[in-house]
Parts: sequence; C-alpha cells; structure tokens
Amino acid sequence: MNVLVFNFSWPLLSTLVFLPLVGALILFLMRSDRAAKIWTLAVTLFNAALSLQLYTGFNAATAQYQFAEDLAWIPSLHIRYTLGVDGISLLLVLLTTLLMPLCVLCSWRAISVRVKEFLACILLMEAAMLGVFVALDFVLFYIFWEAMLIPMFLLIGVWGGPRKIYASVKFFLYTLAGSVLLPVAIIALYLHSTPHTFSIPALMGQPYSAALQAGLFLAFFVAFAIKVPMFPFHTWLPAAHVEAPTAGSVLLASVLLKMGAYGFLRFCLPMTPLGVVTFAPYVLALSVAGIIYGGLTALAQSDMKRLVAYSSVAHMGFVTLGIFVLNTRGVEGALLQMINHGITTGALFLCVGIIYERTHSRELSAATGIGRAMPAYVTALAFFGLSSFAFPGTNNFVGEFLVLAGSFAFSSKLAALAIPGVVLSAAYMLRMLQRMIWGGTNNPASSHLMDLNAREIITLVPLLLFVFWIGLLPAPFMNVFHVSVSHLLQQFHAGLHP
Amino acid sequence: MHLILFAPEILLIAGCLAVFAISLGVGRARLAAFVTLGTALAGLAACAATLVCRGDLFFHAYRVDLFSQLFKLFTMLGLVAVVVFGRQLKDIRADVRPEYFLFLLLGTFGLLTLVSSIELITLFIALELSSYALYLLVPLRQERSGLRVQMESAAKYVMFGIMATGVLLFGMSYLFGVAGSTYFRDLAPALARHWSDPAAVVGMTLVLAGLFFKLAAFPMQLWAPDVYQGASNETTAFIAAVPKIGAVAVLIRFLLCATPADHVLTAVLVIASVCSMFFGNLAALVQKDVKRMLGYSSIAHAGYVLVGLVTLHAGGYAAASFYIFGFVVMSLGAFLVLCLVSREGENVLVDDLAGLHARSPLAALLMGASMFALAGIPPFVGFMGKFLLLTEALRGGFVLLVVLAAINTAIGIYYYLNVVRVMYFSEPGDRPAVRLDALSAVTGVLLLAFMLLLGVLPARLLENTLTAIQAAVIWK
Repeated sequence: MNVLVFNFSWPLLSTLVFLPLVGALILFLMRSDRAAKIWTLAVTLFNAALSLQLYTGFNAATAQYQFAEDLAWIPSLHIRYTLGVDGISLLLVLLTTLLMPLCVLCSWRAISVRVKEFLACILLMEAAMLGVFVALDFVLFYIFWEAMLIPMFLLIGVWGGPRKIYASVKFFLYTLAGSVLLPVAIIALYLHSTPHTFSIPALMGQPYSAALQAGLFLAFFVAFAIKVPMFPFHTWLPAAHVEAPTAGSVLLASVLLKMGAYGFLRFCLPMTPLGVVTFAPYVLALSVAGIIYGGLTALAQSDMKRLVAYSSVAHMGFVTLGIFVLNTRGVEGALLQMINHGITTGALFLCVGIIYERTHSRELSAATGIGRAMPAYVTALAFFGLSSFAFPGTNNFVGEFLVLAGSFAFSSKLAALAIPGVVLSAAYMLRMLQRMIWGGTNNPASSHLMDLNAREIITLVPLLLFVFWIGLLPAPFMNVFHVSVSHLLQQFHAGLHP
Repeated sequence: MHLILFAPEILLIAGCLAVFAISLGVGRARLAAFVTLGTALAGLAACAATLVCRGDLFFHAYRVDLFSQLFKLFTMLGLVAVVVFGRQLKDIRADVRPEYFLFLLLGTFGLLTLVSSIELITLFIALELSSYALYLLVPLRQERSGLRVQMESAAKYVMFGIMATGVLLFGMSYLFGVAGSTYFRDLAPALARHWSDPAAVVGMTLVLAGLFFKLAAFPMQLWAPDVYQGASNETTAFIAAVPKIGAVAVLIRFLLCATPADHVLTAVLVIASVCSMFFGNLAALVQKDVKRMLGYSSIAHAGYVLVGLVTLHAGGYAAASFYIFGFVVMSLGAFLVLCLVSREGENVLVDDLAGLHARSPLAALLMGASMFALAGIPPFVGFMGKFLLLTEALRGGFVLLVVLAAINTAIGIYYYLNVVRVMYFSEPGDRPAVRLDALSAVTGVLLLAFMLLLGVLPARLLENTLTAIQAAVIWK
C-alpha cells in the first residue's frame, strides 16, 4: 500500500509552512508598526483560509497521508522532504492556523515595543509549528521541532513579564535538554530499518528488537513528556506561561503542548509498541498523578495565569491517560481533548490577558467583582470556565467522557483514580469564576473597567463557537480521525505480535 | 608541471612579496590591507577555479585534487572574511601593521600547501610555515598598560607548538622506520601490514597527538583559551577557525593511510573526543570573556569533529569535514561581531554585548545565529553537521560516544544561550552603538546566509566532500 496520496495539484502544505516565513521577511520592509500588524494579520488570515482546503479536500475514509509532497533532499542519507496530513494531524494543523490570527489580534495593543520583531517571531512560530505537524520525514520533523525553540525563547524573554529571563532560559534549557537524545533515537531507527530510511510512515511497524524499542521509547518519552508536560517534568510550564505575553501563552498552551502528545501518537505507538506496553503502567501512573497534582495546585493559586497553567497540567494528564489506555475510545478522546484544550485554555489565557491589559495585575484578588462592570467579558469567561471543567454541552465534556470511558474499559480502578480530577477542575474553575464575577462587589478598582471592545469580541467569539460546536455536534470533527485512529491501533497491535 | 594547479599558492606568494615590499616603507597599512584583500579574493577565485583540477606536483609530494581544493576553498574563505572585518587592525601597533598582513598571508600559504602535501617532509614544512607565521601574529598586539598578556599568550603558543612539533616529528620517525619511505602512498600498505607492530601504533598515535595541537583537541588543548584571550581579536578570529581546516585535512590524510586500522587507534581517538567535549564545554560554562569562552568551546567542537574521525570510514571523514567547514562559518560569524563591538580592539566581555539588538540589529542577529548554530540548533549548519557526525558514529557502533556527544550539546547550550540572553534581553545602558561598515555588513549577511544554506541544503557540499575523500585514498 502506498501510504502517501498526492491528491492536490499544487504544494498546499509547503505553502502553509513557508508563507509565514516569507511574511516574516517582508515584515521588515514595513515602515510603521500598524502596517506590520495589518500585514501579519493578513498573512495569518490568508493561511487560515488556505488551510480550510485541507478540511474540504480531506478523504476521511482512508488512513493514508494526504496532500503529500515528496522530494529528495539529502540523498546520501536518504533524507527526504516529505509532507502530508492524516486524520491525526489534520485537526492540529487547522487548530494552529485558526489560532494564529487570534494571537495577532490579542497582541494588537498589548505589545508596544519592538513590534515588528514580535510579529516576526509569531510568524516564525507558525511556520515551525505547522512544520512539526505536517513533516513525514524524521529529520525534517526534528528541524522544525527544535527550530521552534528560538522564536518562543525570544517571545518569552523579550516581551514577557517581570521574571521573563528566568522563565525563558528555563523553558529553553528544559525542553532542549529533553530532546537531546531524540536525534540519537532517530538515527538508531534509521540504522535499524531496512532499507535505511528516515521516512516516518516507513519506520512504523519495523521489526525492532524489544530491547531497542525500550531504549527508543525512553528517549522519545523524555522528549515528549517534557513538552506535554507530564508530571513531574512540568516545572518549566507555570514559569513560562506566567511570564509569556498573552500570545505566547496561547501558543504554548494551545499548540506547543500538543506536540508532545502528538509525538506519542505519531511515533511511540506505531514504532515502539513493545516499549509502550512495557512502560505504559508507569506513564498511566504519571498521568493520573498529573491530573490530581495539577488540580490541587490550581486550587491553591491566586495568580490567574498560574491557575490556568496548572489546569493545563491536569488537562494534559487526561490526554496522556487517554493515549496510554491504548483503546479506541481512549485515543479518540485524547485526540479530541488535545483540540479542546487548545481552544478552551487558549481562550482562558486570552481572557486573563484582557484583564491584565486593564488592571496590569494577574492577581485574582485584584479582579474580583468585575461582573457588574464587564458583563460581556464575564459571560465569555463563564462559558470558557464551564468548558474547562467539562460541563455537559461543551467541548471538553465529549473528550473527557471518551477518555474516562476508555480508561474504564482498561481498568476501572485507574479510572476511579482519575475521577477526583474532574471534581477538582470544577472546584478551581468555579472558585475563580465566583471570585471574578460576584466576589467583592465593592472593589473600587473594578467599577470603571471597560467591557470588551470589538477587537476582543472578534478574538473570543470564534473560540466560543467551537466550544459549543464540538460540545453539541462533535461528529464533523471526530469523523476525520476515526479511520486514522483505528489504523494506528491496528499497527500498534500488529507490532505486539510480530 | 601545470602551473594552473599551483595557481592559488602562486597568487598568495605574489601577494606576500608585494606586502613585504610595502612593509619596507612607513605608514602604508591601508595599502597593505588593500593588497592583502585583493590577494585573498584572487586566491579564493583561483581555488574555486581549480576545484575540479587534479594532478601531482613536485615529484609526487604534492597533490591537487577535489579533497585538497575543497579544503583550500574554505581556508581562503576564512582568510577573506578575517581580512574584511579585521582590516583596520585596531589593536595592532601601527608600525607593524603591514608585517601583520605579511604573516597572515604566509600562514595561509602554509595552510594551503599543508592540505595538498602527501609526503611527510613536505607536510612538515608546510605545517611549520603556517605555525610560525601564526606564532608571530600573537605578540604584535598593542601592549595594555602594565599588562603583557599578548607576550604571555605568544610564549605559551610557541612553547606548546614546539612541543607538539617534537611529538609529531618523533611519531613521523617511527612511521618512516616502519615504512622506509616518507610518501603516503608507501606508508599506507606498510602500515596495513604492520599493525601488529607497536611501532606503527605508537608512531601514528604520536602523529595524531602532534596534529591535535592544531585542532586544539585534548590532550593538546591547553594553549587555546590563553592564546584566544591574549591575541588581538582579528588574530583570534583567524587562529580559531582557519588552521583547524588544515588540521582536519591532514588528520584525514593520515587516517586514510591507517585504514583498516587497529582498535588502539580507535580508542585513542574516542578518548580524545570525549575528553575534548567535556573539558571544553564544562570550562566554557564559567567564562566571562567571550573570546575565552569561544576558546573553550572550540575545544569542544574539536571533540565533535573527532566523533566523525573515530569511525575510520569515508562517511565519518566526510561528516567531520562538513562539520569543520560549518564551524569556520559559524565561528567567523561570531568573531566578526566581536571585532566590531570592540571599539579599540580590547577584549569583549559577555556583559559588553548587553542590548546589542538595539545598538546594531544586524550584529545581534548574526551573533545570535552564530551562537544557536554553534550550539547545534536547527536550521543552522551546526545542527546538520552534528547530526551527520552522530549518524556516522552510530553507524560505526559507537553508541556511548554518541550519547555523550548528545549530552554535551545540552551542556553547551547554556553558555551560548547566555550570550543571546544578554544581547536581546538586557538594556544597552550607556553602551555606544555599534557601527557596521558596508563591507563588514555584507560579509556578515553572507556568513549568515551560509550558515542557513549549509544547514538546510547540505546535500551538494556533503556529496562533494564524500567523493573527494573517496578519491583521496592514495594507495589504490
């Protein structure tokens, strides 16, 4: 079976990846900051519109990689320039392209120094992030994976909060240290494949020995677990999230964290199934620990950004839980939860950013009782909050339900351990909502706050739309990956019994 | 004899003579710089033109082939870049500036002949010619009040150099004893027959140790940080990058004679590689002077190069060559910025780079790219080079070495990142703006483009290097 489908007349995926790069270069020809902002917005919007063709042209009935492009790149090492999307990466690509315009919009006024450089970093991030999701050659993947660190490092370090330098250096060192063994694992895969190849589809299902698989899995695990981040590798996340500018937080939460989970799905399951089976119990234990730990820590936060950051640790725990129970419900739930977390947590960071622009504080105590002054804002916030703790009718409910259903099928004890996490998420979210909407009504600082302006409404409404769309009618999203997920699990089970 | 084969060398000799004539007068530094730059550019063009030429000269002691010409090309590229951004010689005594250029050209001439030598005596003379010219560059730096740091550096450089020469000669005498000839083409089959003979192993090991001095690899690395710090910025830029190309070329020539080799040789190379990487990276962590930091980091990079050489295989040699080519570009990128930031040729501390993004955006961009490239972050050439090295070493079965090299990447990132942090996250304070003259700016942009291009599209150079090395096997 040929795994690549060349079903598009022109290189759509390359365009998506390299258009932002070109856009970033042209940015430096712009005279004024305002023109630069409009240009960046136009580029990201255009890219988002282009990416919709991926959805309309996508054939959900096959697990093949579509919109494929394949060129020789470094022939002596069999490194190729191969791109393609399947059901697993499609939604992540769309999530990325659709979020980028919102990231530009939310920085419209918040960023006032070195604007062009900021926008260039945002565009470079878009190129690298899309590259990670569409690359089907391991070397190409790794280049995008690592190259992303540079603009993100600058985003946090230049435009971040008071402790930005500590946060950015910690982010860079932590994630880089995690992925130093990744190239070694990639090369080992290459040398043990017949014929030698770096092609990701061709590396799946190769008969690697159990010992090699265990070693490879550990190398992958360290890299991906830090990116997710899984407890106890999460300590870079609160620092980076809190200090990053709003757009940076959104990118981190919505897209970067997904890359670790994407790595587990794309590489660990089909390439090292024996390693996965060996280590799955430990990964599951860490996932549950992350869910509970993230929830409890979020409950104790007084800084809104920090609260949302720790809630991410808990939510991503659900994602890894779903992946490593290794059944259809779990994996599909995890995949949907990756998208949901991208939408909801991204939106929550936008909401915190909106308050921060007004009060210049992220303290929960400084933002009490804003319900009267900002009714539209708190309405949006309430919906995103409800979504965050998986209220029925919102997107997270569907995903979390699937993950828990998959976990029950795997082990009811394990699922029972994860249940308190659901309660905890309701507790910390409702606590935040209660304080912000109704608490301390006589807070003098909040009485003259302006409600949402048109730009902010435009930023939030699309996300709100998706919260309910996925919550009430998830089928259009889930249909995309049914076949790919079942193919993935087939590959996984085939690898267990060679 | 075809003169065209010797064209780059002839051009350099002519340039040397011209600069020598200029140096007889007084106050002609600008003219000397002009002539040097012209010679360098002409030499570069000659190297490019003779890239596909092949032939032996001087009684088969001197070979011109793709291998030698490729290494010469990058040597000349290094020279051109150093002359462009260091042409003002800010920190060299005004009365000896023409002589400085003379020695620079002579040193480069030595390096060019070095990579073409396929006979031990020729090779030795070429090596000494390049070394002695470079020894003289170091003490030409202006004296700081009460501080004769340049003299200390020069003394250390010469002492270590002479010791290395002694070791090298001693090793060569053993090789001669084993083979009964000084020609590489006789050496290779003789060594292949005599690997059971300790004299062959000892001889080769001593030769390698002597060459490690040029590469600044463990255990001959001790001179590097002090010389880097004590020499003027232009001198360090040259010493840090260009002679290492020659060293790698000669190492490969020797190792090609030593294949199929002995496990002792492999062990020697592995130990040198691991020790270089750890020593260089760990010592660089605590440095405040950028040049000194780059000195230690260059030791680590020598260790990375050796990761490719331990494979004793053409693929590994090609990866090592590619890495050293990339290293020259990255290293010159960093030194270009240092030369410009330094107003009167004084050494630059990491803190002096504070707020460089505001003082000169292009310089900061170039320095940042160089740092990320040296650290091995994609899409720059440092990553691609390192990836190739790791691939070849793993192919050869050196799992532990590869893991240690990967860990070293993580150690190294800290001090490179620190430079970027200072440049982009700190405020300039009252530090003055950095002026980039047009020629330096163009060179900087070109270096940046090279760093990216070699990182993203390495196929062409890599394949040519591999072909060159396969063709450079002498005894077939």
